[in-house]
Amino acid sequence: MSNQPETLIEAKAVSISHQGRAVLQDVDMAVRRGEIVTLIGPNGAGKTTLIRVMLGLIKADSGKVVRSAGLCIGYMPQNLSLSENMPLTVRRFLAMAGKNSKLSMQDVLQELAIEPLADYPMQRLSGGEHQRVLLARALLRQPDLLVLDEPVQGVDITGQAALYNLITRIRNRFNCGVLMISHDLHLVMANTDQVLCLNHHVCCSGHPDSVSQHPAYLELFGTAAQAELAIYTHHHDHTHDIHGNVESDHEGHGHG
Amino acid sequence: MDDFLLRAVVAGLGVALVTGPLGVFVVWRRMAYFGDTLAHSALLGIALGFLLGINLNLSVILLSILLALLLVGMNRNSHLSHDTQLGILAHSALSLGLVVMAFQTSVRVDLMAYLFGDILAVNATDLLWVWGGGFVVLTILMLIWRPLLSITVHEELAQVEGTPVVAVRIAFMLLIALVIAVSMKIVGVLLVTSMMIIPAAAARNLSRTPEQMALLAAVMGAIAVILGLAGSWQWDTPAGPSVVVAAALLFSVVRIVIPAR
Repeated sequence: MSNQPETLIEAKAVSISHQGRAVLQDVDMAVRRGEIVTLIGPNGAGKTTLIRVMLGLIKADSGKVVRSAGLCIGYMPQNLSLSENMPLTVRRFLAMAGKNSKLSMQDVLQELAIEPLADYPMQRLSGGEHQRVLLARALLRQPDLLVLDEPVQGVDITGQAALYNLITRIRNRFNCGVLMISHDLHLVMANTDQVLCLNHHVCCSGHPDSVSQHPAYLELFGTAAQAELAIYTHHHDHTHDIHGNVESDHEGHGHG
Repeated sequence: MDDFLLRAVVAGLGVALVTGPLGVFVVWRRMAYFGDTLAHSALLGIALGFLLGINLNLSVILLSILLALLLVGMNRNSHLSHDTQLGILAHSALSLGLVVMAFQTSVRVDLMAYLFGDILAVNATDLLWVWGGGFVVLTILMLIWRPLLSITVHEELAQVEGTPVVAVRIAFMLLIALVIAVSMKIVGVLLVTSMMIIPAAAARNLSRTPEQMALLAAVMGAIAVILGLAGSWQWDTPAGPSVVVAAALLFSVVRIVIPAR
C-alpha cells in the first residue's frame, strides 16, 4: 500500500438526499494520481450528484470530501448552454481558463487536434469538436485531477473511441488523475483503471475485469454488458423502494 | 438648439452608454424578464419615496436593490419556476405602486412621466444622477467583467475555477437595479429594459468578441437616442417611445443588412 501514488481526492461516507429521496448513501471513493476512475450506473443513480459533491459545488448532508493540499481540478461539464447571442470564439473561450505559464494554448490546441477551430464561434462546433474544446479548457489549467461529466456525450461512435483514447493519452502525458462518468460500458472497460458501479450506493467497484463479472454489475447492466456490447440496458433495481432507498440489507447489497 | 433639447440629448446619451454594455449581459444571461421586473417595481419605489418624503432616486435604488436580493433568495428556495416568480413580483409591485400613489392626495403625480419617461423635462440634477450613476455602474462593470463573463458562459465551470459566483451574480443584479433607478426618469419604467435589450441585440451581428458587442451596444443606443429625439422634435411624438422605436428600426436594419455569421 505504501507504494501507491498519492490520493488526490477522496469521498468518505458521503450521503445526500433531495426532497426526502436518498440520492447518495454512504459512498466511499478515491482517485489517485495517474488513475482513471469511471462512474457507471443507471440514469438517476446519483453519478452527477457524486461528481458535484466531489467538485465542491454542493455540500453533502453527511460524510466528507478530502482533497490533497493545493489540488487543482480541471472540470469538463456535460455541455454549455451558451446563448446564440454571445460572440465567442474557441480561442477566447479557452483563454477564460486563465493565464498559464507552462502550458501554452497552442500546445493544447495541437494535443487535442482543434487548432483549425481556434477562430470558430463556439456555437458552430459539432458534438465531437465541442467536447474536445471543453476538454481543452479543463486541460489548460494543468490540473492534478480531471473531472469529466459524460465526456463523449453527443459524439458519434468512432469519435467516442478516439476521445477515450485521448483521455488515456492525456493521463499518460500529464500524470493526472481522471474521474469520469460514462454510459458506454464497452469503451469504458478498455480505458479505465477502476470502475465504480453506482446506484445511490456503491454496488461494486474495482478493476474493470472483476467488476464486469460481479453479480451486482450483471444485475444492473444485464447480459448485454456481459457480452461486451455497448448497448446501454439496465433493469431498475428491485431492491430500491419508491424513494430510492435500499430496502434490503445494505451490507449484502441486495443484488443478484 | 434649445436648452431642454440639449439636456435631453445629454441625458439620453448617458443612459445609452450604460444600458448598452450592461444590456449585452442581460441578453446573454436571458434576463430580460428580470430587468422588466425590477423596472416595474421601480414605480413602487417612487410611490414609497413620496410617502416617506425621501429623494425619489434614492428610494428607487433602495427598493430595486431590496428586490434584486429578494429575487436571489426566492430563486433558491422556491418550487415555482423562475418566470412565474418574476411575473408575480413584477405585476404586483407595479400595481402596488399605483395603489400606494392613489392614496397620496397631497402630491399630484404625473404618472405618464414615470411610466414612459419625460426626457424633455430633465434638469441639471437629473443629469448629475444619470452621468454620476452611469460612471459608477460602468466602473464596477469593468472591474467584474472577466468573472461575470466567465459565469455567463458556465456558472459551475467558473465556480470550479475559483470564481466567486454568488458575489459576482449579486453585484450584477445590483448594477441593473442602479441603472434602472437612474434612467427611469429618462425612458420610464415600462421602456427602460428595451434600452438594454434592443441595442445589444442590434450589436450582435456586427461583433466578433464580447467586448466589441458591449461597445457597439452603447453606440447603437446612442444613435437611437439621437434619431429618436430628432424624430420626436420633428413630428412632435413622445420622446421616450420615439427613442425605443428608433432602436427597434436600427435593430431591424442591422439584421437585414448583416446576417448572422
